[in-house]
Amino acid sequence: MTDSVAIAAPAGSTRKAGRYVYAASVFLLCAWVIVPLYFLFINTLSSPETVNSFPKSFVPEFDLGSLTFFAGFNGMLTALKNSILVAGMTMVLSIVIGAPAGYALSRFDFRGKELFRMLVLLTRAFPLPLLALPLAVLFIRTGLDDTAFGLALVHTTLAIPFAVLITFSLFSGIPIELEEAAWTLGCTRFTAFTKVVLPLILPGITASAIFAFVISWNEVFAAAVLTIENRTLPAFLLQTLGEAPLHLKFAGGFILVLPALIFIFAVRKYLFAMWGIANR
Amino acid sequence: MNARILPYVLILPVTLFLGVFFLYPFVLVAQQAFSTGDGFTLDNFRDVVSYWKFPISLKNTLLLAALVVPLQLALSLLMATMVSRMHRGRDMVLYIWTIPLGISDLAAGIIWLAIFEQSGFLNSMMSGLGVIDRPMNLLSYQHPGIVFLAIALAEIWRATAIMLVILVAGIGLIPKEYYEAAEVFGASRWKQFLRITLPMLRPSLQTALILRVVLAFEVFAVVAALGGTLFPVLMGEIYSYQFDLQNNGAAAALALIVLAISIFFTLIILRVLRVPKGASI
Repeated sequence: MTDSVAIAAPAGSTRKAGRYVYAASVFLLCAWVIVPLYFLFINTLSSPETVNSFPKSFVPEFDLGSLTFFAGFNGMLTALKNSILVAGMTMVLSIVIGAPAGYALSRFDFRGKELFRMLVLLTRAFPLPLLALPLAVLFIRTGLDDTAFGLALVHTTLAIPFAVLITFSLFSGIPIELEEAAWTLGCTRFTAFTKVVLPLILPGITASAIFAFVISWNEVFAAAVLTIENRTLPAFLLQTLGEAPLHLKFAGGFILVLPALIFIFAVRKYLFAMWGIANR
Repeated sequence: MNARILPYVLILPVTLFLGVFFLYPFVLVAQQAFSTGDGFTLDNFRDVVSYWKFPISLKNTLLLAALVVPLQLALSLLMATMVSRMHRGRDMVLYIWTIPLGISDLAAGIIWLAIFEQSGFLNSMMSGLGVIDRPMNLLSYQHPGIVFLAIALAEIWRATAIMLVILVAGIGLIPKEYYEAAEVFGASRWKQFLRITLPMLRPSLQTALILRVVLAFEVFAVVAALGGTLFPVLMGEIYSYQFDLQNNGAAAALALIVLAISIFFTLIILRVLRVPKGASI
């Protein structure tokens, strides 16, 4: 459609110029995202001396000095392990708890549905400290303070609204007729779900689980307030920001960014479908 | 199982979970904010508000949001309309533009630190161009404007992607027939954007703006990485009340103030961008 209009237009040269401006803007905006990441990448793959020197070279020297320093820094690897552990638990918890509710929202009309939707959405519109501050007190009482599981519970609270809304839109994408056909062929509601719906929906569920992982992986405030010994990587980095040497910060930043790049690539197909329906 | 009970059984886990880890802590924090040990009091609020850092951190937080959110809105609208006209390379461009979605605020702060720190890439570029002969300490109290700029850039860089995703999804739901009809009647691209895209996009704009505004008031780690104590913000103050000063009551009171501001702006956005009943697609 665009092309035919462009050819038919009498002012062909302005159209052409317009297209160059368009292409240039796309390119510039891509550069705007990538160039800062590239700078972090250069710093991570340079020796600590280079990171602290001036002026900076714009090509990485592929020296693993900063990364080895990071790995050897006291507490860093434990923090990395904690991050993975907490994010893994958040992933499982938010799907196991959230997906049934997503299914209920997409398949049933029930009293209190709107109220329930409101409660879920409200969770996202609230500032986080409101949860982290009192939970610190609550966790000390129950012995959950400073544990990976306690932190995972808080991160699950953050991830659950997304899990519910995303699975809701995924289930809505599968026609109920499929399930009904399975029922007439002798399936119960449960076996129809496990044999027909689940295989279709599994990739989407994985995508939303990854989303939950990223939310937990990136969260700083609650992690910093709720843990002391068992810090996650972001909380540990935050704590050392003041005194840590530059190359440690950059290597830490790089480790934080790396899984995010992979995960966004893995879920890219679902990103837009998730939000399309989740908004309404 | 009975189809009348089943939905309630299915939503029970989420309801219980949010009850215990969302509503209950909310009550607790309110309790904490309004008491100092003996009964109801507003002392915590008085303490927090009269502290010399409060006006600055409130001003900084609001100023940052006022600069960052409109720019992000404009940028994400531009990117979303660009993507919607794209034929070749659409997936690639979208992936690149949504990369920051997975990057945390702390990581974004560190990334922009690589550019703005004393031996960083901005100084290197400027000295390469001959603008300066010695690296300047850009993120210092002598350059409050640059500190603010660095934080704003990092925020715009990081958080435009979430708005972009919501808007691209919203544009995808607008029926193509509307544009075809507009084309037949000779409406320009700009007219189509104003008369079709913007009005039809209202629900998505609402979600995107509310999410972004609330998150803008929670700005914390970007500031910690780039500004440190040079640029106090509300969340940073909550953190230092809770963590450094061990004053839970004050932290809770300040958290409630942030919540009140968030709700205030959420209501404004809901009012301004309200969707008439039955008008959605």
